[in-house]
Amino acid sequence: MVLAESGFSSPRNDAFPAGLRVLVVDDDPTWLKILEKMLKKCSYEVTTCCLAREALNLLRERKDGYDIVISDVNMPDMDGFKLLEHVGLEMDLPVIMMSVDGETSRVMKGVQHGACDYLLKPIRMKELRNIWQHVFRKKIHEVRDIESLEGFESIQMTRSGYDLFDDGHFLSGDDTTSGRKRKDADNKHDDRELSDPSSTKKARVVWTVDLHQKFVKAVNQIGFDIGPKKILDLMNVPWLTRENVASHLQKYRLYLSRLQKESDIKNSFIGMKHSDLPSKDSTASFGPHKAMNMIPDDVPNGTYSFSASNSLAQNVDLKGQGDLKGITSAPVAEPKGALSIDIHDSHEAKSTQMSFDHSLGSVDSAVSFASFNSTTPLQYPWTEIPEIQFKQECEPLHLENGFSQLPLPGPSMIENEANRSRIEVKPLLDECRSNFVEHLGPVGAEDLFPIQSKSQSLNNQVFDLISATKSSMKTQDVGLNYLADSEFALRNLNASGVGVPLATLSEDLQICWLQEYYAIDQGLFA
Amino acid sequence: MDVVNQLQRQFIDYSASLHREGFLDDQFTQLQKLQDDNSPDFVVEVASLFFEDCEKLINNMARALEQQQGVDFKQVDASVHQLKGSSSSIGAMRVKDVCIAFRSFCEAQNREGCLRCLQQVTHEYSLLKNKLQTLFRLQQQILAAGGSIPVVE
Repeated sequence: MVLAESGFSSPRNDAFPAGLRVLVVDDDPTWLKILEKMLKKCSYEVTTCCLAREALNLLRERKDGYDIVISDVNMPDMDGFKLLEHVGLEMDLPVIMMSVDGETSRVMKGVQHGACDYLLKPIRMKELRNIWQHVFRKKIHEVRDIESLEGFESIQMTRSGYDLFDDGHFLSGDDTTSGRKRKDADNKHDDRELSDPSSTKKARVVWTVDLHQKFVKAVNQIGFDIGPKKILDLMNVPWLTRENVASHLQKYRLYLSRLQKESDIKNSFIGMKHSDLPSKDSTASFGPHKAMNMIPDDVPNGTYSFSASNSLAQNVDLKGQGDLKGITSAPVAEPKGALSIDIHDSHEAKSTQMSFDHSLGSVDSAVSFASFNSTTPLQYPWTEIPEIQFKQECEPLHLENGFSQLPLPGPSMIENEANRSRIEVKPLLDECRSNFVEHLGPVGAEDLFPIQSKSQSLNNQVFDLISATKSSMKTQDVGLNYLADSEFALRNLNASGVGVPLATLSEDLQICWLQEYYAIDQGLFA
Repeated sequence: MDVVNQLQRQFIDYSASLHREGFLDDQFTQLQKLQDDNSPDFVVEVASLFFEDCEKLINNMARALEQQQGVDFKQVDASVHQLKGSSSSIGAMRVKDVCIAFRSFCEAQNREGCLRCLQQVTHEYSLLKNKLQTLFRLQQQILAAGGSIPVVE
């Protein structure tokens, strides 16, 4: 029965954290012995092993057999960080890393990979005594997640959450009751999993970029409409279930449909004008592949993060330089065209665009697309723009200056702008004049669109700024821009998911999408 | 009684000197505290594991550094890193310190420097082994005389 396996249902429950089941992994026999002794002194149940693979086997064999894993970073058969990832993905257990090396970068890496703590050797008993808090914390978070996910991601709820509810030990009476109700409701959703008593606790799936890429590849091959089962087969990830894929697919479809919607709207007034490309920069094409593929080359690993505001800003950073270069180098009439091109050319010039560090450039259309969240539909007062633009058009577009005065770093400044902005176009004109945007040109795009969350608005603004800028240049000539690229991507996407773009999407796009995914997960969009 | 007291005092003094001279640090004391009725020989067992590990690692390093056709410094470094971790387990401070220097030489791919460090590490390890064996012998004598082992803070 699940309860018996959960480890929190036995009598030792009352003496928690006594009896905490710890798996210790370390290739150093001396440390293994010491840690075992220390943990035993804490009244924990200890299992030791000296190989990462062995540890994974143990964990897989008894999915409910352990509460927490402690592992050394350096091991002969597998990198400790890799083990960390696996455990997080497959078993969703808290993992503590250990090392004699306390270099900040290593510790950071540990945290990035999901370690809930990083202990430095020599380890003291008191440090081990407190490890139960990580287990407890995780349980609590699962409960919270369940609450926010209900109805949206019921499939992915963990068994352990149910165990808690069932036990009633962890939670107060009230919680238990509501938990039970919830569990019943969810039972309907996921009969197969829950009603099977012998099935193991379903680990919460963490969709890493790798996994997502596999998913995307599979989807590209066979298309969305085929169904999660086929996708699952293609992905060939043994521990992934059809349900995992199904829910992920659902989110992915939502995301794509949103992209499509945006592109449709943009389509209505954006034309592709190659002729407007600044000669210097007209090396590129519409190639969405190029546009997107170029990106990773210049993206330092630093952007690989899941913190929405930071990473978005970072992503924007790097490409932005390319963008802005195009804009700055081009006279009023042309910049828009340069945008997509600049991805290619600007890489060389990037160093000269240091001032645009946290700029608004968003050549990475994927980023900006990804940043479009699903909270509120964007409002597109496009029709109003032209008039407004004309009024200001006489103002020379000192893009270079303008951009150099762009808010740096992006997010905070833009937030300021955002705070001042409104959805209506007219009142913003004055604001536009008064703030940096006026240097950019007629309209500060960010003001035209509802600003959602800080991080997402950054890219919204970026995207909008550029498109608005473009559209403002010449009414009739809305200009070639990276939108074309993204549209290609979208079109290809919609062609039953078959197409190159997705498959060639840079990691950044995937990361951004995953950010959104996780944002959804946390109920931001609930 | 006198004998026990004497032995105990000897033990305490010797322990203190080992700490003072940097052979052992607080970690060793922690190990002694861990020793209990369930595992009365805990410290000796841990020390034995450490010696075994040490010897193995030192041999690895020696072999790697001997390679005439090109030293694999990465391998040496890996062994040194392991030794560093191991030495931290029983509080072998001096061994650990040599390891730190050793790693710099590995990074710099300085064979001479590495060889010197290897020598040093071997030396420190032997010293420590001897001293610990002396300490353990004292412990045995105390127990044999019916006394208990004092915990040195």
